Amino acid sequence: MSKAALSVVEGDQESLAVTLSGDWLLGGQLPGPDPVLDRLRASPKPTSLAFDSQLLGKWDTGLVKTLVAINQSAGANGVQVDDTGLPAGARQLVTLAFAVEEREGARRVFRQKKFLERVGESVMAGLESAKELLTFTGELALSCRRFLSGKATYQRSDFWQYIQEAGAEALPIVSLICFLIGMIFAFVGVMQLTLFGAGIYTADLVAVAMVREMSAIMTGIIMAGRTGAAYAAQIGTMKVNEEIDALTTLGMNPIDYLVTPRVFALIVMMPLLTVYGSLMGILGGTVVGLAMLDVTLLQYVTQTIQSLHLNSLFGGLFKAIVYGILIALAGCQQGMACGNSALAVGQSTTKAVVMGIVYIVISASVLTIIYINLGI
Amino acid sequence: METAQPHITAQNLTMAYGDFLIQKDLNFSINRGDIFIIMGGSGCGKSTLLKIMIGLKTPTTGDVFYDGEPFWASSDAGREAVKRKFGTLFQSGALWSSMTLAENIGLALQQFTDLGAAEIREVAAYKLMLVGLAGFEDYYPNEISGGMKKRAGLARAMALDPEILFFDEPSAGLDPISAKLLDDLILELCESLGTTIVIVTHELASIFAIGVNSVFLDPVTKTQLATGNPNDLRDHHSNFEVRNFLQRGEAEDKAA
Repeated sequence: MSKAALSVVEGDQESLAVTLSGDWLLGGQLPGPDPVLDRLRASPKPTSLAFDSQLLGKWDTGLVKTLVAINQSAGANGVQVDDTGLPAGARQLVTLAFAVEEREGARRVFRQKKFLERVGESVMAGLESAKELLTFTGELALSCRRFLSGKATYQRSDFWQYIQEAGAEALPIVSLICFLIGMIFAFVGVMQLTLFGAGIYTADLVAVAMVREMSAIMTGIIMAGRTGAAYAAQIGTMKVNEEIDALTTLGMNPIDYLVTPRVFALIVMMPLLTVYGSLMGILGGTVVGLAMLDVTLLQYVTQTIQSLHLNSLFGGLFKAIVYGILIALAGCQQGMACGNSALAVGQSTTKAVVMGIVYIVISASVLTIIYINLGI
Repeated sequence: METAQPHITAQNLTMAYGDFLIQKDLNFSINRGDIFIIMGGSGCGKSTLLKIMIGLKTPTTGDVFYDGEPFWASSDAGREAVKRKFGTLFQSGALWSSMTLAENIGLALQQFTDLGAAEIREVAAYKLMLVGLAGFEDYYPNEISGGMKKRAGLARAMALDPEILFFDEPSAGLDPISAKLLDDLILELCESLGTTIVIVTHELASIFAIGVNSVFLDPVTKTQLATGNPNDLRDHHSNFEVRNFLQRGEAEDKAA
């Protein structure tokens, strides 16, 4: 393989000859077009430019891209190009490259944005998404009214499937997490409370913590990662595939059809899962309590029952319902707002989970403050 | 055409995404039973025009009239009622992926008619037979080929015996034989049911085979350059761009 070379020969009457020799293959050592470009820019400008490729060996895109660069520069400097000296194939490829003119305004110009510009844009984007969320919440509220009054069009079978997905299928993971959380609480309680000789109050600690707060929060976070993400991905994919457009053109409201049944599935299932999670947590606490404290099962259970009030249970259940609404809202809103690509579905799903968890934590704090002030 | 009034009329339609103008001043009318082609180069706004006609995107100005009634100027309820007369075949088929083909077709029937489950299934089976998919009732969309999805999408679009069928690039992604079969199917449906058909396409073979009337959108001037029978436009239209498009870039510029 002979080395690629390019040389510029000054001819008479201000003409220019470019001699190409050797193998011009991508990946080989190719000389750049710079000598020619420099000469084209220099004055006095040549009037014409010709090629000599008699010594040219094999060539591929490596040659053609150099020729394109030379042609562009020649065009910009008003130099006539005579391409008859080029191999026929290369000549055609160069002609093809210039066959369609660059569309005006098509080329993207990237420029560094100023700090204030970026701040302004993110604030505007934040306001815009807050407005979208409000609009969506309003539409959802109207749709819920239609759902409850039986005027909404949706598939009953879909609803039962959502119930199953958000309910029975979540039992194993809820059992595991709540059982372990109950055990962890009991460990902490046993370690600290036995210092005061109050080890039996571990039962109170576990029961109250699980029923009032932890079961609802843990179930909520599990469901945000499980069901909220699934909602965003399902609805987002339907958006990408024009399936939502197909619903709309049929005269069906996509919120009635896709969102509201999912929201109600979570509203129904979250409290049930939370009660179940509380039981599992108390069970976990009992196991640790019996193993580490000097108490009988009867003592532990009696202590647990004495510590629980109906208010705590209802407080926990109400939180569960609120979390359920928020998880479904985050998941479905992100799904409906999804862009038109596979990448956008991934982003929507991520956002659905993050927002779901943020909503849960914020509402947990707000509700707890309200509960304390109401003395519940 | 014995009906004096056109079935669909577009008046002064302008469409834009934000500040970005797509097309302006579109005026055309479609007679009942016509096969109407929306054509033009890539990116000229053909699909956007279709979206406006089926109610997925609001026009910036102007309106579409169905049987003389304005579409965008009417109430939501009025628009829903008009939409009930549409059937739409989307570019990708857009079948609901969580439902079988029979359920896809049956959904509209279930929502908008009083038919029982058994009758709905019969209708769905019959519609699938019409598009050559007999026996595929219980397949899911991901279990069939692209051409079959298009035909299943057509069966779904026809579920409610619509007065107007909209097609977005029906032959895109199909081999020439399947595309031809789909064209024949569209022609037969149009003849036997008297449906008005609006098609977005740039497949010249389809345009000449089935088009009765058309509008040509131009991405450069951002307006319509011509409207009429595509065969006439190809041979006689005064605008070079139109002739050149319809003759596959081989028109002579006879600078009339």
